[in-house]
Amino acid sequence: MPLLEIKALSHNFEGLRAVSDFNLNLAEHELVGVIGPNGAGKTTVFNLITGVYRASEGNIRFAGQELVGQTPHRITKLGIARTFQNIRLFRELSVLDNVRIAHYAQAAYSPLEALLHLGRYRSEEKRITDHALELLSVFKIDAFAFEHSKNLPYGLQRKLEIARALATNPQLLLLDEPAAGMNPNEIMQLMEFIRWIRKTFHLTILLIEHQMRLVMGICERLVVLDFGATIAAGLPVEIQNNPKVLEAYLGGEIVK
Amino acid sequence: MIYILQQALNALQLGSIYALIALGYTMVYGILTMINFAHGDLFMVGAFFCFLIAVYLKLSFVPTLLLSMLGVASLGVIIERFAYKPLRNAPRVSAIITALGVGLFLENFTLALSPYPQHIPTLINSTTWNLGGVSVSSLQIIIIVLSLALMFILDFIVQRTKVGMAMRAISWDKTIVPLMGVPVNKIISLTFAIGTGLGGAAGVMYGLAYPVIDPYMGIMVGWKAFISAVVGGIGNIRGAMIGGFILGSVEIMVAAFLPSTYRDVVSFALLLILLIFRPYGILGKPHPQKV
Amino acid sequence: MTALKKIYQSLITKWQAITEYRFFLPAFFIVGLLFCIVVSCFDLMDQYIQLILMYIGINIILTVSLNLINGYMGEFSVGHAGFMAIGAYIASLLTIGVFPQSSGSFFFPLAVLAGGIGAALIGFLVAIPSFKTRGDYLAIVTLAFGMIVKSIIENIDAIGGPRGLLGMDKLSTLPWVFFWTALSVWIIRNLVYSNFGRGVLSIREDEIASDLMSVNTRQVKVIVFVVSSFFAGIAGGLFAHVLQYINPRMFDIIKSTDILIMVYLGGIGSIAGSILGAVIYTVLLEVLRPLGVWRMVFMPLMLVLLMIYRPRGIMGLRESRLFTPISDLLSMKFHRQKKEADNASS
Repeated sequence: MPLLEIKALSHNFEGLRAVSDFNLNLAEHELVGVIGPNGAGKTTVFNLITGVYRASEGNIRFAGQELVGQTPHRITKLGIARTFQNIRLFRELSVLDNVRIAHYAQAAYSPLEALLHLGRYRSEEKRITDHALELLSVFKIDAFAFEHSKNLPYGLQRKLEIARALATNPQLLLLDEPAAGMNPNEIMQLMEFIRWIRKTFHLTILLIEHQMRLVMGICERLVVLDFGATIAAGLPVEIQNNPKVLEAYLGGEIVK
Repeated sequence: MIYILQQALNALQLGSIYALIALGYTMVYGILTMINFAHGDLFMVGAFFCFLIAVYLKLSFVPTLLLSMLGVASLGVIIERFAYKPLRNAPRVSAIITALGVGLFLENFTLALSPYPQHIPTLINSTTWNLGGVSVSSLQIIIIVLSLALMFILDFIVQRTKVGMAMRAISWDKTIVPLMGVPVNKIISLTFAIGTGLGGAAGVMYGLAYPVIDPYMGIMVGWKAFISAVVGGIGNIRGAMIGGFILGSVEIMVAAFLPSTYRDVVSFALLLILLIFRPYGILGKPHPQKV
Repeated sequence: MTALKKIYQSLITKWQAITEYRFFLPAFFIVGLLFCIVVSCFDLMDQYIQLILMYIGINIILTVSLNLINGYMGEFSVGHAGFMAIGAYIASLLTIGVFPQSSGSFFFPLAVLAGGIGAALIGFLVAIPSFKTRGDYLAIVTLAFGMIVKSIIENIDAIGGPRGLLGMDKLSTLPWVFFWTALSVWIIRNLVYSNFGRGVLSIREDEIASDLMSVNTRQVKVIVFVVSSFFAGIAGGLFAHVLQYINPRMFDIIKSTDILIMVYLGGIGSIAGSILGAVIYTVLLEVLRPLGVWRMVFMPLMLVLLMIYRPRGIMGLRESRLFTPISDLLSMKFHRQKKEADNASS
């Protein structure tokens, strides 16, 4: 059984069809890319999976659970975490707190215990803080633990966003343009990094990307979107030579 | 039937004043996404300008109205320039707090200068006609007609002129529009001038209808007008007009059938209920969120 | 110059050491409470000063609790005085009508607590429409709420209607006010430094991202509203029994604005700031009393200037070490030492 099963997913914004009849099956431990020109509906697919938007039609099943109609925090708790195209860290909070916040659903103490700092509060806080610091040191950003996250350099902000997503303890990680603003050298490093987190954290990864170099380098399968419709799907080699894809990316005339 | 007609006329009078003030809230919100909580007090200042001009300059109605509008509009532009503009990139709450502060300042400054309620002299010798049992005063007609005229002029400016187009463009997008050569600061100043000027006009008309004025008169009327703007859909100019008339009718109706002390409870409760079912007001649209 | 610097440095080190001492705050609490009991029992202080101190305490409760919504969560509530009114009326009705007057001081904490619980229940109800709406609309909901509370009280003749309510004994004493103030500061501090408190901060920073990082934003908002309105109710109960007279006009939008001013003066998202804001504002209002009406002209002007030059208030988003949990202080210290050691070795 696939980990994520998306069937006939469609979404409209006030009559505009942003995604239509999107289908995708993800097996456990797969690394799949969604590509397509700007405005093709890639991020909308992520927003539909994570519950930011409620799908107009279709089903999304994750580990046997229906996701359509669930709130984002429930979906995250079920094991789906994501990053954002334009980094959305909690800018005025410390790096450590950014990661600790993502432990929200895992903290096993009640509001009353929180108000009185009694009961399980101490042990749970220690566990969460230790885990957060451990994640930060694995990602080699622990030196900045008590800095405001807005003061981190751009590359580390991207890293912190992934660390924060992993703190929710996901099975499936959605990366929204992880290579945005990176040079070829950094992209090579990022490819290594993505492979490494997949192995270390036993993740299934779905990523959106513009950078063909990255997508072709690490994705096992690709889905190509254009104007909300799936125009091709398959192995990277097949996609590379697919005339429809070339047309969508380069414009019709060149192909003809 | 006659009773209802009479009340409808009263509702129209109150509603047009609310609508005029609501326009100021909604225009500023539309262009700056900021609730100008000092607007109700600018309305009060309008009434006081009317008092000063009528008593000390002894002018007649039309010049009094125009001068008061001009005075309040200038005050609005000054406030925007010195109190709100420095905060345009600050957290939005700071701007709201500043507006509350400006409002309090206007109230208390007026109070310091005029500790007692003032009485606006009669500027219009109102005659009352009896139309089949419904008593209609010329003052009422003037208030209603003048308000409607001001609203139509505003609607024309916003929908049909270049300046209006610039206003709508800025409320749509604040990052791109300045790049297109739209003089954002000038347009914002103009928006404040028009919005507060209309508030000043409402102050004058309110002062004529209810001649005893005091520095705190703007608080309650201001909040009511603000509710009107929200009911209509804040940021939406036609919504503000509709909201003003709705609130006016509701208040008059409540006062007609229940003890008048229930007026406020009912209008505020109505607002809460409306917000539960239509969070963005009657004509308002939710802003799509970008993720 | 270097001598001064040395003294400053040693003071800083001492302060750091004191705040890392586990029993410092409890000791401070006990000493403060004993001081208040002695002062009020033997009447060691001018009655007027005692009154001002009580006002400061009540204002601290109001400011800290409103800061939870407006500062920490970044929403905009303008109805705090409404919750205060509910607490004030419930507590007063209990001490006047229900509890035996002879042992009033014995039942007083119960009456105040009941006021807080009543306000908290209403706070729970107000939290519900605030989910439906976003951003500025909370301001509208709470504004309407405040107006409705005032209007309803005015329309119930049994509790005095617009004339107000009197007949309470002067049950709020310095020790009680100190106790409730310390309790509210402690509990709100605890909330802020917990899982839920971090949820509150993340809503302020980015509500959507917060939801996507598994924060149950609804749950967080309910907790914040209930706690905040609970303490507003407590403050109302205390206030009513200092003044021994309440009427609905005392709890109108102007009162809410006062509390807002204290929050933004002291600094958003800071407990130390809230205390500072409440103290400065209360004292300044008293000191400037000879100015009469002009005092009320000067205060808002100060607020506007403050917003322009320091939009987050004096302590904005910064916290005193005094209110940071020791575990956090220690892990920060440990981290700093480790970093210094790393730098030294490399």
